[in-house]
Amino acid sequence: MSRSSEVALLALAAVVATFLSAAAMGASPRFGFGQPATAAEIAGWDIDVRPDGTGLPPGRGSVPAGQAIYDAKCANCHGTFGESNAYLQIAGGVGSLGKDPPLRTTGSKLNYATTLWDYINRAMPFEAPKTLSPDDVYALTAYVLNLNDILPADAVLDQKSLPLVKMPNRDGMTTVHGFMVRDGKPDTHNVACMTNCVAQVRVASELPDYARDQHGEIAAQSRMFSASPAVPARLSGLDAARASACTACHGVSEKIVGPSFRDIAQRYEGDGAAVQKLVAKVKAGGGGNWGTVPMPAQAQLDDADARALVAWILAGAR
Amino acid sequence: MSKRVSTPGRIRAAPEQPLTAATPADRARRGFLRGAAAALAVGATSRAAADAGKNLPPDVPDWSRTLGVPILASPYGVPSVHAANTKRRESPGLTRTPFSSVAFTPLQNLFGIITPSGLHFERHHAGVPAVDPAQHRLMIHGLVANPRIYTMDDLMRFPSVSRIHFIECGANTGMEWSNVAVPTVQYSHGMLSCSEWTGVPLSTLLDEAGVDAKRARFVLAEGADGASLTRTIPLAMAVDDVLVCYGQNGELLRPEQGFPLRLLVPGVQGVSSVKWLRRIEVGDQPWNTREEALHYVDLMPGGMHRQYTWIQEAKSVITSPSGGQVLLDRGYHQITGLAWSGRGKVVRVDVSADGGRNWRTATLQTPVLPKSLTRFRSDWTWDGGPALLQSRVIDDTGFVQPKVQQLREVRGTRSIYHNNAIQTWRVDPTGNVSNVQVE
Repeated sequence: MSRSSEVALLALAAVVATFLSAAAMGASPRFGFGQPATAAEIAGWDIDVRPDGTGLPPGRGSVPAGQAIYDAKCANCHGTFGESNAYLQIAGGVGSLGKDPPLRTTGSKLNYATTLWDYINRAMPFEAPKTLSPDDVYALTAYVLNLNDILPADAVLDQKSLPLVKMPNRDGMTTVHGFMVRDGKPDTHNVACMTNCVAQVRVASELPDYARDQHGEIAAQSRMFSASPAVPARLSGLDAARASACTACHGVSEKIVGPSFRDIAQRYEGDGAAVQKLVAKVKAGGGGNWGTVPMPAQAQLDDADARALVAWILAGAR
Repeated sequence: MSKRVSTPGRIRAAPEQPLTAATPADRARRGFLRGAAAALAVGATSRAAADAGKNLPPDVPDWSRTLGVPILASPYGVPSVHAANTKRRESPGLTRTPFSSVAFTPLQNLFGIITPSGLHFERHHAGVPAVDPAQHRLMIHGLVANPRIYTMDDLMRFPSVSRIHFIECGANTGMEWSNVAVPTVQYSHGMLSCSEWTGVPLSTLLDEAGVDAKRARFVLAEGADGASLTRTIPLAMAVDDVLVCYGQNGELLRPEQGFPLRLLVPGVQGVSSVKWLRRIEVGDQPWNTREEALHYVDLMPGGMHRQYTWIQEAKSVITSPSGGQVLLDRGYHQITGLAWSGRGKVVRVDVSADGGRNWRTATLQTPVLPKSLTRFRSDWTWDGGPALLQSRVIDDTGFVQPKVQQLREVRGTRSIYHNNAIQTWRVDPTGNVSNVQVE
């Protein structure tokens, strides 16, 4: 909504509100708390810009002017060419949204350039929002559009020209779906079958290896007491250790009866023959290396399991 | 799924009885007794038990023979030191900066339907602002007869209502569209919380302002934080059940929940419940804001985005047993979880222990409220074999929560938002529970 024309209208409306609200707009205020918002107060806060350009203030900015500001205030996060060092990528990917994988950037995804102006104006730079002048914001918008090859290098944007810019994804949004109203039509139509609903169930996906340790020690993320306390998400090694009762005498990091798995890993670090040596020791039993209590033979372990177990221990029991 | 609890099962009485230091060894011992070194294991167990057991009967516990701390040791109470594991966490690598990020609610550790205020999930776009309530203002303007500006004192004079509603981020479970990506329910479903919210109905404030009923179709809500986050809300919703809130679970809002003022749009993706609310503008068109055009739009197969996907459809998840937990023993286990619908009330929840082949209906715990979390529970006897636990909610529109595949058939795997698929937790024969997807 605009700051000027609309606000003036509303200020006028406020003056005659006592009449209008009762007549044309419904009942007069029932409680009357608060104060009338003055035109100046509204103008200071009413910063939103709509796709038709409503709300854009006067001002203008060029691509080169935008580049100067961008390099000083934006490139540290968004990258010199909008490729992004770590934050949102703002350039590239146009035409990729239907591909696999899509490259989602400001340039490829946004439908209206006015939204870019609005967002820079209200929320950027990230650590100092609302410090840019309207001219700065026009210039930055022009430069970001230039980085996306939407505007030429000599382009200038202002109140009139900005809403006319056609973004590549202008027609890429739809409101034809069931999520705008409470009684909208759902996408899916599952039925509440109760017995013999599927012939066969197959596990199609489980936590990928690379993600196993990403979330830290899962055991430390559940209640300390519970019907179902947590164990680390990484199950294979520790599970094997538990199933074979190794953990009765060996802690992961604490000495119980025998040495901890981590201590073992440390002692054999760099020893190329360690796997072979320890597999033999696990299966045959041993003693004297870590103290006086001998380790009983674990003959029930098959070779592959013993190797996996030892490899897990030597890798740090993580 | 077993029909009736026949064996009592050896379980650790939960949640009153703490696990002791003996537990890991004790667990191992059960397996180890088959082996040759049973005596050693038992020795380890007894020693650990001796250390931890000095407060057990017949001994009189330390805390029964001393004074406790006096009142006001903690003027604003804090959880027991033994509850320190129950906290919000971030999902490493998900976001680039803690100032625009997410902290997930530890659903695996919570009871009932109310999320403690300090555990309500966090999502900010420019950090948590330090708003001075004395200088905070709410402005209402646009297509209204009487543009108004309110102080917090003004707002708290209006007739208030308190209602229990969930807030779920539109991106909840968004990491799992194409495959399993996270280990526990905290990360898979923890952008979900539920509170009793207190405030003024937005309809009251819009009435006061005198909305131009002929032209007005939408309102814009704007925050006072650095991001000044803005979202479009349809007028029909705004005058229905939207609240302008200052209270949460009986106290003032927490700073990270929008202190001193936030919007609460029941049943709608969390981003619409604008925090640090400073402005409501009434208009005739949606605003196409950044959070409605660049984010919070749903990528469909073929490259189109759905815009203004407000509603959070019916969804449920088992919170226990759930990923990362372990069943200590065979026998009786309670399956419990949460169900909710942005379209209305939960009518029924079914649970399956065989990956969706067979189902039975769970018990719903009261209260069952519209656009609120509903707690369900079901008895289950674990026979020690592999199991695939699922829950499936049906809401009062008749909608049945979809399978992963059904959702993908329509929306593909590249969306981020509105993943309300049936969740599967696999129980393996060692009792470990992990996140899987089945087809």
